[in-house]
Amino acid sequence: MMHRGGWKRWLIALAVLHGIIGCAGFFAPYDPAEQDRERPYLPPMKIRMVDTAGHFHFRPFFYGVHLGDGTFDQFEESTDQVVPLQFLVSGARYRLLGLMPCQKHLFGAPASRIYLLGSDAYGRDQLSRILYGGQISLLSGLLGAGLTLFFGLLIGAAAGFFGGWKDGLLMRVAELFMALPWLYLLLALRAFLPLSVSPLRAFFLIIVVIGAVGWARPARLVRGVVLSAKERDYVRAARGFGAKNGYLLRRHILPETSSVILTQAAILVPQFVLAEMTLSFLGLGVPEPVPTWGSLLASLQQYSVLVSYWWMYLPALAIVPFFLGYLGLASALQQDASTGKIEKAASGVRQ
Amino acid sequence: MSMARLSTFGRWLSCSLLLAGAGIASPPADGFPPQASSSEELLTLPGEIGKPGGRLIVSLRAEPKTLNPLTAADAPSQEVILGAMQADLVHINRATQLTEPALAKSWRVSPDGLQYTLTLRKGLRFSDGQPFDANDLLFTFRVYLDENVHATQRDQLIVGGKPITVRKLDEQTVVFQLAKTYGAGERLFDGLAILPRHLLEKPYSEGKLAQTWTLATPANQWAGLGPFRLKEYVPGQKLVLERNPYYWKKDTKGNRLPYLDEVVFLFVSNADAQVLRFQSGETDLISRLGAENFSVLSRQQKGYSMSDAGPGLEYNFLFFNLNEPGEKTSPDLARKMKWFHETKFRQAISQAIDREAIVRLVYQGRGAALWGPVTPGNHRWGDASIPHPPRSLEKARALLKEAGFTWTTAPDGRPTLVDSDSKPVEFSILTSSTNADRTKMATLIQDDLKQLGIPAQVVPTEFRSLLDRVTQTREYEACVLGLVSFDADPTAETNVWLSSGGRHLWNPSQAHPATAWEAEIDKLMEQQLVAPSFEPRKKLFDRVQEILAENQPMIFLASPDILAGAKNSIGNFHPAVLEPYVLWNVEQLYFKDASGNARP
Repeated sequence: MMHRGGWKRWLIALAVLHGIIGCAGFFAPYDPAEQDRERPYLPPMKIRMVDTAGHFHFRPFFYGVHLGDGTFDQFEESTDQVVPLQFLVSGARYRLLGLMPCQKHLFGAPASRIYLLGSDAYGRDQLSRILYGGQISLLSGLLGAGLTLFFGLLIGAAAGFFGGWKDGLLMRVAELFMALPWLYLLLALRAFLPLSVSPLRAFFLIIVVIGAVGWARPARLVRGVVLSAKERDYVRAARGFGAKNGYLLRRHILPETSSVILTQAAILVPQFVLAEMTLSFLGLGVPEPVPTWGSLLASLQQYSVLVSYWWMYLPALAIVPFFLGYLGLASALQQDASTGKIEKAASGVRQ
Repeated sequence: MSMARLSTFGRWLSCSLLLAGAGIASPPADGFPPQASSSEELLTLPGEIGKPGGRLIVSLRAEPKTLNPLTAADAPSQEVILGAMQADLVHINRATQLTEPALAKSWRVSPDGLQYTLTLRKGLRFSDGQPFDANDLLFTFRVYLDENVHATQRDQLIVGGKPITVRKLDEQTVVFQLAKTYGAGERLFDGLAILPRHLLEKPYSEGKLAQTWTLATPANQWAGLGPFRLKEYVPGQKLVLERNPYYWKKDTKGNRLPYLDEVVFLFVSNADAQVLRFQSGETDLISRLGAENFSVLSRQQKGYSMSDAGPGLEYNFLFFNLNEPGEKTSPDLARKMKWFHETKFRQAISQAIDREAIVRLVYQGRGAALWGPVTPGNHRWGDASIPHPPRSLEKARALLKEAGFTWTTAPDGRPTLVDSDSKPVEFSILTSSTNADRTKMATLIQDDLKQLGIPAQVVPTEFRSLLDRVTQTREYEACVLGLVSFDADPTAETNVWLSSGGRHLWNPSQAHPATAWEAEIDKLMEQQLVAPSFEPRKKLFDRVQEILAENQPMIFLASPDILAGAKNSIGNFHPAVLEPYVLWNVEQLYFKDASGNARP
């Protein structure tokens, strides 16, 4: 059995992953919208240490590529053009963490262009797009989960605490929300939106929509916890001493929900990342040329891309460590909460 | 005027259509095809001599809605009817783009261009063995022109505001009388199916004509003059046609066409699924291929070969909202319309667009950059004098400067274009969300314009709501669309170029031409319609192309190649750039070996 505090490791791992995405500008060699029309669908380049003549190079390098004659996507390496890989190079301007203007990139090749994970239909660097795309996907996951939990907590606690017809009404609304065919509603909503939604507005819209959709489930969970908590002896005792509703909720009842909320958060974040991907995949997300993981995968809808360019699958792989991280965190938190409860109960017995 | 052919939605999608009609027939009672007798005047087709037999299987994007040429408005119905079941009086050869005799073996035009005298072939029979003569033709045109029937062909037969009249001279000769000369001449008759009077007169007199000849009609209630006739329809799966034993064409050795025993249309709605079916050998032909799928198929050719017929008649373009701001126009849009109305602004945008990149990245090089509406696939009507300026940001900037635009530096350090009121220039570009090619074009244009300091938004929109915005509410800024002519003749495009036309996209259905150059185009288009011969018509239409190039109401982008593929065993496979791309010579297609028959 995992000992208490296992969640800390998961949290650190997640922090590192988010740090990389947060500093996408530094890790990505190029601007994600920059097109290189001479190199559409370029396969990932090979980084080499030994050249074709068998000589060892101390600095990693790659060969320049050019389109084969008369072809659209068949590239040939020019073995006479050795391009050394350089670290901490100056390149496209970006803002580190959205604040600090910066020009340094982790790696690059000033003499040519490097595509570690290949390029897309417009010759845009796939690695840069995955990194930048993660910013929007993860942020909408985090904000969406935050929004959902906020509403869920508010409504769930109100329903559980006040009970009666208020409880009934809120829970019926929650059921209504769960029963709505959201995807179709979203498609309809898109048709009514003003034509030119800037990428930023579209992004916030997605978050609001995602957050508004999901509150029902956590609200029901919170309500259950609140319902049982408000009947506890110490709560009744506090009420007997004249405690007001606000005090009771703040001091005694809401703290009881913390384990549910934390576990829910860890489960909801990846779910909302996935939701964002679904929306973008269907063309309801952030418009071109801003990348998100969903819109990066959208090109896979075409059979020709599916069978011809394997590196277009890579954005799907980018999600995997994040999902493992979040789900690992969720189960560690749950375990922690249950062992915590047992210990608490045990110590209660001892007293 | 014969413009209504354009009003169908199908034209708008990259899958466009031609209107056509046909009859379909039942098997003959006796079951064996009659010998060609000397009294029959058969048409001899040049071409490879084929082998009889075999079953050709092709994919169809959707189930046809009907097999009645009078009501066929959807592309699949028209494709089946035109491609295999129909015959017209005069036919446009899809390869040469010229007219040639069909059911009419010859025709004569009166010197004033108002009278067409057609001589019909003698001794022809419908696919059910019943004879065909001038009475069927009279019946057909009576039905087409009857307002109560609501035939899709009716508008096409109203020339100069009056319906065409038809009169029989004898059993083999008919005279068509027009109220006004018609520039495209005998092209008028292409795609007009001749209906069997013996089967349709009764439903017509009962007023039930529109309800007849649905897909559920039994095969023996059918008759037509096309190469194939109805055999079987399986809902949701396939439509099977069989050889018309009475077909009126023969090869140079005297064998009666068509060669094939059967043509099967499988209903495969998804383009990628069609590719998979073709790849696995389930279907024999494939057309309407996108460049990506074409290259996938070309890479792994097994038993089939792919062919690129060159640019078709589809032209894609960017256009701005050139309507006059009305009361309902939002102030924001009204402000932007001022830029759009500026000719130099449109010229600058045109200069900034990298058309070669569109051809390379969208069509993988299988297409042609365009500077006018006439594509290289149109053999006769292109104006060679139209300039093809290469992309030049310097020239674009100079034009914008002349028009009073300037640049400021945005907070992020990028130059931004501003108008004379120091408002930043930005606009949205609508595209159809179901057309990946055009969305790709818009994304490339977006990047081109960014280099001019113009931030543009690409807005993929559901096609119907896009069309509604462009032609009805007129609440849009710019749009990327494509049009496909069904014919190489510019008369087919009248509805697009006339300022009163419903497809005059940048400012449709005007009461009076809004600008002097639109008025001039109106005049030229009307003149070419009544001009007596090709040369003067060509000159007039050249001038139209020059005005368009100068004023850039449409910024022409590119035209895709017509891409198709066929099994190696299929003979006489010659894809054309006019629809139906691969089935236009279906009567001559044949299997070179027996393998076509051996399929389970």
